[in-house]
Amino acid sequence: MSTHTGTPADLAELARISERPPVRRRRPGQLVLTAVVLLLALWGAAVIAANPRFDWPTVGRYLFDVSVGRGIAISLELTVDAMAIGIVLGVLLAVLRRSSSRVARGAAVLYIWFFRGTPILVQVLFWGFAAALFPKIGIGLPGGPMLFSVDTNTAVPLFAAAVLGLGLNEAAYVAEVVRGGLLSVPQGQAEAAHALGLRALPTLRHIVLPQALRAIIPPMGNQVINMLKMTSVVLVIGVRDLLGSVTDIYARNYHQIALLIVACLWYLFMTSVLTVLQSRLERRLGRGVVREAAHA
Amino acid sequence: MPDALLLAHDVRKRFGGTDVLDGISIEVRRGEVLCLLGASGSGKSTFLRCVNHLERVDGGFILVDGELVGGEVARGRIRELPPARVAAYRARVGMVFQQFNLFGHMTALQNVALAPTKVKREGKAAARERAERLLERVGLADRMHHYPAQLSGGQQQRVAIARALAMEPALLLFDEPTSALDPELVGEVLDVIRDLAASGMTMVVVTHEMNFAREVGTTAAFMEDGRIVEQGEPKRLIDDPAHERTRAFLKKVL
Repeated sequence: MSTHTGTPADLAELARISERPPVRRRRPGQLVLTAVVLLLALWGAAVIAANPRFDWPTVGRYLFDVSVGRGIAISLELTVDAMAIGIVLGVLLAVLRRSSSRVARGAAVLYIWFFRGTPILVQVLFWGFAAALFPKIGIGLPGGPMLFSVDTNTAVPLFAAAVLGLGLNEAAYVAEVVRGGLLSVPQGQAEAAHALGLRALPTLRHIVLPQALRAIIPPMGNQVINMLKMTSVVLVIGVRDLLGSVTDIYARNYHQIALLIVACLWYLFMTSVLTVLQSRLERRLGRGVVREAAHA
Repeated sequence: MPDALLLAHDVRKRFGGTDVLDGISIEVRRGEVLCLLGASGSGKSTFLRCVNHLERVDGGFILVDGELVGGEVARGRIRELPPARVAAYRARVGMVFQQFNLFGHMTALQNVALAPTKVKREGKAAARERAERLLERVGLADRMHHYPAQLSGGQQQRVAIARALAMEPALLLFDEPTSALDPELVGEVLDVIRDLAASGMTMVVVTHEMNFAREVGTTAAFMEDGRIVEQGEPKRLIDDPAHERTRAFLKKVL
């Protein structure tokens, strides 16, 4: 009798049928969604295949072109150099922001305010035109005689200008990422370290930073991936990165779309590699915490 | 103050507009166990933190082993010590926290061996060997390579005690060591502290465990509103308090 009311009266009967797991309800919405997504994907693929202007043969011809390869090398080098500057300076800024000295805190805040508050494109242009602002750089008093100086255009070649522009900007963002990570470590950790006789710097290095890293890595992965793509802005000061190399080629042969696809494919490939590296790193840093989740 | 290991004189501390410590004076001799009792907010933990200079005092002074805590006398004033000397002082005073504060990214063994290698510059092998012995002593020989998150609260607190002992402190401070524990885990931690008392360790224990204070303490002090209301032999203080306010507090907790 309980079969169609849904309220079982016979407990023995219920015990018998409950030996098998409950039948899961079908979700018609899910089926519709899957169908729609598949159709959209098919439609997209058909559009791309049917339009000869995508010019896949040209894409194939230039995908492994030597000058594209050189551009990739420049893009990677810019990313590594700019991130190095960004991380070193960013950690320093994050630590300064937590300093008990108001001047140190103010300096860090001011730096972050400026570099986060102006467009990266403008900053890179500034560095490209640094010679117009400071024709000579050296050591001396402002307006006074210089002890030592060099011509800015020779001391800061365009590649260095690009690295500086990207790196100094990055430091402002890294500072905020690192600050967030430091805040995620409970105060008691530093206190326990101090109580054992560890001073400020060893406490930061051995106790706080390693634990902050867990919170820092995911957004930092974001930063690296962003940087890899952001390096393409150096095109405006004439540095031949990946984007620069394909624009050079299409300036000669007018295959803009095909070459931009080449650039996109390479950017996608590189960011995919970075994503894999990031998730590996996160797994390694999970020591002591992944287990906590399993424990709870 | 012939053989007082800890001597506090008129210690005062203000937070905002309130006197958290309003003139604390107390003496603990070598081998003694002082139990600090009182309601939360009475200043017990703040006093303990002052002894380790995790809080600066606003007035009065604390001497540990004849040495002024966190300062030195120069040109007629007490002047703050440089960080290196504060750190050197703290290395000789162990502290155990209510929330354990074990380093989450390190195993039990690494937690215990850290300070000897980084502060005392001991060799890795020697520090590790002593850390193993200490963990055995607190009954965790089989948990040395576990991370804090894999240990129960009681086990974590015992690691924390081993970590403090690794620096061979002259004085051990306990800030409500069992208050964050499930009731069934309190005993294992108190047993370790009891053993330490028996071995002659000088300790100051902020606690709500009256039976423990009665049994292990050599002195008990009852605090309220930043003052020591009453102090004396623990059995007498807990079973037959002289002061009305002590009686009122004990009525609530016993």
